[in-house]
Amino acid sequence: MKKIYDVVVIGAGPAGLSAAIEAKKSGAGDVLIIERNNEPGGILLQCIHNGFGSVIFKKDLPGPAYAWNFIEQARSLNVEMVFDTMVVDITGGRKIYASNSVEGFIELDAKAIVLAMGCRERTRAQIMAPGDRPAGVFTAGMVQRLVNIEGYMPGKNFVILGSGDIGMIMARRLTLEGAKVIKIIELLPYLTGLRRNYVQCLQDFGIPLELSTTIKRITGKKRVEAVETVGVDETLTPIAGTERVIACDSLILSVGLVPENELSRKAGVVLDPLTLGPVVDETMATNVPGIFAAGNVVTIYDLVDYVSMAGATAGISAAKFAAGAPVSPPAFTLTPGDGVRTVMPQKITGLSGPDASVLVELRASREFAGRVSVNILEDENIVYSHVEKYARPAEMITLKINWNETAKKLSNNKSGLKVNIAKI
Amino acid sequence: MEKKFICIRCPQGCEITTTLDGLGAITDITGNSCKLGIDYVKSELSDPRRTITTTVAVTGGELPLCPVWSEKPIPKDRVMEAAAVIRPITVAAPVDINQVICENILGTGINIISSRAITKGGQ
Ligand SMILES: Cc1cc2nc3c(=O)[nH]c(=O)nc-3n(C[C@H](O)[C@H](O)[C@H](O)COP(=O)(O)OP(=O)(O)OC[C@H]3O[C@@H](n4cnc5c(N)ncnc54)[C@H](O)[C@@H]3O)c2cc1C
Ligand code: SF4
Repeated sequence: MKKIYDVVVIGAGPAGLSAAIEAKKSGAGDVLIIERNNEPGGILLQCIHNGFGSVIFKKDLPGPAYAWNFIEQARSLNVEMVFDTMVVDITGGRKIYASNSVEGFIELDAKAIVLAMGCRERTRAQIMAPGDRPAGVFTAGMVQRLVNIEGYMPGKNFVILGSGDIGMIMARRLTLEGAKVIKIIELLPYLTGLRRNYVQCLQDFGIPLELSTTIKRITGKKRVEAVETVGVDETLTPIAGTERVIACDSLILSVGLVPENELSRKAGVVLDPLTLGPVVDETMATNVPGIFAAGNVVTIYDLVDYVSMAGATAGISAAKFAAGAPVSPPAFTLTPGDGVRTVMPQKITGLSGPDASVLVELRASREFAGRVSVNILEDENIVYSHVEKYARPAEMITLKINWNETAKKLSNNKSGLKVNIAKI
Repeated sequence: MEKKFICIRCPQGCEITTTLDGLGAITDITGNSCKLGIDYVKSELSDPRRTITTTVAVTGGELPLCPVWSEKPIPKDRVMEAAAVIRPITVAAPVDINQVICENILGTGINIISSRAITKGGQ
């Protein structure tokens, strides 16, 4: 390892790999990826199911096969990668502190940094399921890792709390391995994952889904013996008398993902309270000059293809910064309006060249059953509009905007723009 | 008769409504955003298929398992049967990506292949 690099990428998942590849292709000389796992690929290595690559490769690949394409490219471009190495601190001045068992404590300087640490799962503490604390309560990602990488089946009879994608995917996986998935229960009155996963993971295998239901209690001395479920009303309040006891030896929590931003905070990167990731502009620059971010560390994506694209953008921007290109301050802010829960990027410089295409990723705040228009507004003036067949909080909406065209419609010289979703 | 489907060919998950005549032939399809949706509904009605993804044990490798998948979708009602055939398979490291792990699964003409490489090592 050198002492100073043009671009240092933290995390070798799809976002980090694309960032490093594109930084190299954009002329950065020394590019390093630091990864705490023992190999590149990130979470994709445990996502052995297909469904990856529909946008970039027009193919339906398993996670590891999708990652493979990028790992090979990074290797052939001589991107330096260090494994089993954990970044423990970064500073606003772009110093990186890491440690591993061979070199011990490592200190490096980076001309530019790309944050690509991905996300972690919400856990039991965060959802506060009451009752005993026996063994047999897992997060869906833990089970995915145990079953798909370590070859260890953690139970026989499973109940899954939460209808997120990883939970549904694991319901199918456990069934294929011969375990019994009794049911999936969901607090909200709607599915929180993709409907295709409901069809191919639950319906195909006859696994029941119970909406508007939660866990009241977990029982068991050493190991989970049963869970008690209870129905909830529209205000998510438990309805007395609807309790049911289900005997099982394992409870899986699939209750959502949170961007992993301990390091970002230490470097003084400003986080968006809604996405829980860094506030970025369309070049994937954070508020700290020379620190860029991409992937699930910024906002939780549905499609890895868009993670790779954001990584690529971050890599190009980092290489430019490392080469001394001037920083363009953001000219506009994008904030969620009616019907929108999160929007990323939150800032726009509007200076990214002649065909300035900007990818905006947003999530609806509620279900819209029929056709909707997704609009960008300057006061009441619609400067961009896109029609979707429906909008659901579970499914991210990606807008590909030609910013030059959009900017022509701005009349009031306003810098604050809103994004809303309106029924048609 | 009307029949509803959720297309699983891409994450958009279009809700597709088909109208069938008395003989089960399709007279109308609405709700699909692209041609793949029509293809999906036709195959769901005549020959539903799914891609199977699972793992096999590896001996002498850096990891104990190798993820595998059917290179093409296999008949949906044979997925559990295929899983049972694949479960006891063991391969020796090194494993290459796209290596055939089980040829012509259940006589479907479709191979089960690896979705990554596993080098020799550790274990
Ligand atoms: C448990 C889990 C299961 C998932 N399953 C699916 C799925 O089935 N299908 C799907 O489409 N999406 C799934 N996702 C979403 C998936 O994360 C994204 O599609 C995509 O992998 C995100 O890419 P990324 O590069 O942003 O993050 P990741 O792939 O998570 O990569 C982040 C990398 O950063 C490394 N890292 C983090 N912190 C440090 C540090 N301090 N020092 C060094 N290295 C560090 C991590 O080890 C990891 O390799 C899952 C996510 C999780 C958390
Ligand atoms: S119809 Fe086309 S766009 Fe809609 S889910 Fe199927 S493949 Fe995707």
